[in-house]
Amino acid sequence: MLAFIVRRLLQSIVVMLVVALVAFSLFNFVGDPINNMVGQEATTEQRAELRERLGLNDPIPVQFLRFVGNAAQGEFGISYRTARPVADLIAERLPATVELAVTSAAFALTLGIVLGVYSALNRYGWTSRFVMTASLIGVSLPTFLIGILLIWIFAVNLQWLPSYGRGEVVDLGGWRTGFLTLSGLQALILPAVTLGLYQLTLIMRLVRAEMLEVLRTDYIKFARARGLSNRAVNFGHALKNTLVPVITITGLQLGSIIAFAIITETVFQWPGVGLLFIIAIRFVDIPVMAAYLILIALFFVIINLIVDLLYYLVDPRLRVETPAARTAA
Amino acid sequence: MGASQSNSQQGPLNSRQGQAGASEEAPHGRLHRIFDSDIWHSFSHSPITVLSAIITLLFFLAAIFAPLIAPYTPFQAGSLHLMDGFTPPFEQGMSGNFYVFGTDDQGRDVFSAIIYGARISLLVGFCAVLFAMVLGVTLGLIAGYRGGWVDTVIMRIADVQLSFPAILVALLIFGLAKAMIPRDYQENMAIYVLIISIGLSDWVQYARTVRGTTMVEKNREYVQAARVIGVRPAVILFRHVLPNVMGSVLVIATIGLALAIIAEATLSFLGVGVPPTTPSLGTLIRIGNDFLFSGEWWITIFPGIALIMLALSVNLLGDWLRDALNPKLR
Repeated sequence: MLAFIVRRLLQSIVVMLVVALVAFSLFNFVGDPINNMVGQEATTEQRAELRERLGLNDPIPVQFLRFVGNAAQGEFGISYRTARPVADLIAERLPATVELAVTSAAFALTLGIVLGVYSALNRYGWTSRFVMTASLIGVSLPTFLIGILLIWIFAVNLQWLPSYGRGEVVDLGGWRTGFLTLSGLQALILPAVTLGLYQLTLIMRLVRAEMLEVLRTDYIKFARARGLSNRAVNFGHALKNTLVPVITITGLQLGSIIAFAIITETVFQWPGVGLLFIIAIRFVDIPVMAAYLILIALFFVIINLIVDLLYYLVDPRLRVETPAARTAA
Repeated sequence: MGASQSNSQQGPLNSRQGQAGASEEAPHGRLHRIFDSDIWHSFSHSPITVLSAIITLLFFLAAIFAPLIAPYTPFQAGSLHLMDGFTPPFEQGMSGNFYVFGTDDQGRDVFSAIIYGARISLLVGFCAVLFAMVLGVTLGLIAGYRGGWVDTVIMRIADVQLSFPAILVALLIFGLAKAMIPRDYQENMAIYVLIISIGLSDWVQYARTVRGTTMVEKNREYVQAARVIGVRPAVILFRHVLPNVMGSVLVIATIGLALAIIAEATLSFLGVGVPPTTPSLGTLIRIGNDFLFSGEWWITIFPGIALIMLALSVNLLGDWLRDALNPKLR
């Protein structure tokens, strides 16, 4: 157990160091950082002084260590484009992305489980057939097109919901939330649906497949033979056993939600970190790019670590697996 | 997993050998063999697959013969009628020209733009898949055949990359490349950068499958025999092992094409893909998106539908191919 955790932790640290190295190289070797920071009028002395002050004359390994140290403290330098600290920019925009991601994950999880259970229980009904076909199309639809179609239908034609921005936000001690105002909630609906739709279809298909599998097992037959009500069998026995893989997959999908938030935020002009990153790429704003890179990598590494540990706790078979067994598989 | 795949490929492989044998007898015999094969049977008995194949074929033909098929030349400024701008679909413009899908702000025929856009989308998708395939298959063969630390290093990288969504990897590589290429070259290089970033984001699938099959195949007698008579590893890998993994590679490549087309469209939509001077379907959707609110829906919705049709048909074709070549996966 301990060895497994230590190995996974070491792996995570190596991944983070590699990502940090990429971010560091981006920062140091792409273009001249001094040129990017000072104006055209700066004299040679000013440049040299800044170079010394930023520690750019130190050996590369020293600089890298300092970069890692700063990054660990959330210090990523100054944005080239807006001339503001990157940490502030990200802290400002993180609540928007987190609220969007959490809402769409909740939407995908609830509706996905409901539809999945329904289509497993009514396997041959026309509604579940329709839902399955629709989900196949849903999987093939690119996120940004779903967003555009939703905007076209609900914002342009029906004019029910706003098509961009977050609406009014309330400041809760630095965390600007859109959950507390009507316009904030309205603005949340379309982006959350857009972002959650792919995960919804995924969870739905997973729940359906797992339910069908479980419903075929002996203990379900036995429960029915004992005369338990359909409700007790379906929800008390069957659904419970399908939820473990669903929860792990949802956990892993949380990373994709954050990544695809880049697209959704661009479509809806949602002021989150994804939009910040896209604008940074367009303007080659390297400090922001590097910070986002490290942030998202950290997020993914933590999620994968937690999911791996959960798997380890849930599935006893993994505990006997050795590296040798792994390569043979 | 590897074993089941290599076994299940016996079907198509045998049928191919059957075709080769038949060709020596008579020309109509070969055709007969094709129409008699399992693959053709499963193809012709799945209406959705036939429909997707037809749609895919139409897109390919339209893309290849774009200048012959497109009624207008949308990206030659001289041929545009500015007064035809924002002509709705199925209506005649002020100049008397007819536009099936309407025109955009500059009087550009949306239908022709879609044909030229599909050309770019398919070109980028194809090259990206080819790049990913060559890279992934080569690394997979090497990892599976050599084993040891080479295998560990390659598969570790693959694992790490697989834990990030492909679109994010493509975005990051694109961002890196953009930061490194001088500004003056960016316009011209964009399409190559796009191909490489999508390709690099998608090689892992190939590598994993090929590695698995290679690890099984390398212990088979024919490989050992080849090794005993002193055939070089590279020749063993590419001439003897490779044909046995091509079935699964083909399936991944077909589904990969759909994914690559969507990835390209997404990147172009985000404004980091191909430049607007040679728009792909994604670029067209992005440009049209600006007019959605003023009521000119056709500029963005028609390219959107074209993209959905293309991606969906290629996807369905890939699904069918997977089932047809790998009956055990069904």
